[in-house]
Amino acid sequence: MLETAIAIAFGLFVVAQLLNLYRLLRGPSLPDRVLALDTMYVNSIALIVLYGLSSGSKLYFEAAMLIALIGFVSTVAVAKYMTRGDIIE
Amino acid sequence: MIRKLYPFPTLSVFLLLMWLLLSGFSAGHLVLGMVLATVLPLGTLPFWPNVPRLRNFHKLVLFVLMVHWDIIVANLSVARRILGSPKKLRPAFVEVPLDIKDDFAITLLTSTVSLTPGTVSADISADASRMLVHALHVEDEAVLVDQIKQRYERRLKEIFEC
Amino acid sequence: MDIVIEYITAIFLLIGGVFALIGSLGLVRLPDFFLRLHGPTKATTLGVGGTIMASLVYFSWTEHALHLHEILITLFLFISAPVSAHMLAKAAMHRELKYREDTRGKPWKQ
Repeated sequence: MLETAIAIAFGLFVVAQLLNLYRLLRGPSLPDRVLALDTMYVNSIALIVLYGLSSGSKLYFEAAMLIALIGFVSTVAVAKYMTRGDIIE
Repeated sequence: MIRKLYPFPTLSVFLLLMWLLLSGFSAGHLVLGMVLATVLPLGTLPFWPNVPRLRNFHKLVLFVLMVHWDIIVANLSVARRILGSPKKLRPAFVEVPLDIKDDFAITLLTSTVSLTPGTVSADISADASRMLVHALHVEDEAVLVDQIKQRYERRLKEIFEC
Repeated sequence: MDIVIEYITAIFLLIGGVFALIGSLGLVRLPDFFLRLHGPTKATTLGVGGTIMASLVYFSWTEHALHLHEILITLFLFISAPVSAHMLAKAAMHRELKYREDTRGKPWKQ
């Protein structure tokens, strides 16, 4: 029962990641690509949590937390770079 | 004395809870968390120019619950719009005049607007008197402005009394 | 009782997956950047939120202790997601990206 639900959820998230990847490659503008990348890291957090759930291990929590932290900082840095042409003024 | 040691009591309690959540509850972590809850607000004191006092804690809790409810409801309606034909969407940039002046309260307001799907805060004017919101689908701009002001801004104003 | 917990976990997982997929679908389908910006807000709120809730329920049950660890991830995403959306919108307005003609109102000059 739970195995099936985990498998379906994996499938849904993987399709979502592929759609994000399409937007990342296709663009057309730079903000579009950054937005796609931002969505990819958020979805990968969910994928890591899912993997932790399927393997019954809590160790993956730290990895998910780290991706959340790094992804946020990098998105903001790139967005700042796109508006100002500089990250720290 | 206590006031000096704990300039932001709410922040200190929040930090302690965060630490216990992060590392699990034990006597050692409780002590370490209490040390951090004392040291971190003191160390970052210069970065907080003027923090509004939290006046109504129970209203803040109610506000958070309400926003969660709104997120769920709005998610469903936006999901329907995404799955429907994009031609039917009526997107708009809407300017919302702001009554709250405090930076922290404005940050909370813009975050709330962005978190509830269907609206994204896009910009704040330099004098913090107006907010630009992009909406996925809006029939009547006045209704949206009214909703943001009545539902969120008024409550934030009550919570922080600013 | 176990079966009830399994059902609850499964439902949260499916809700999470479906909303993440719809968010990404919006990212692909919608016609301009400002509209596409609305997709990912959903993936973060209900998509990851659902998965986290599932993990929370499941581990709290299997370990017979309240397991609130994962709440931190959602909390952090709830704080960070609006900020990145705001910054990206500002970047898009600065670059004067095209928006659909029938959009009412105008973006601000950056």
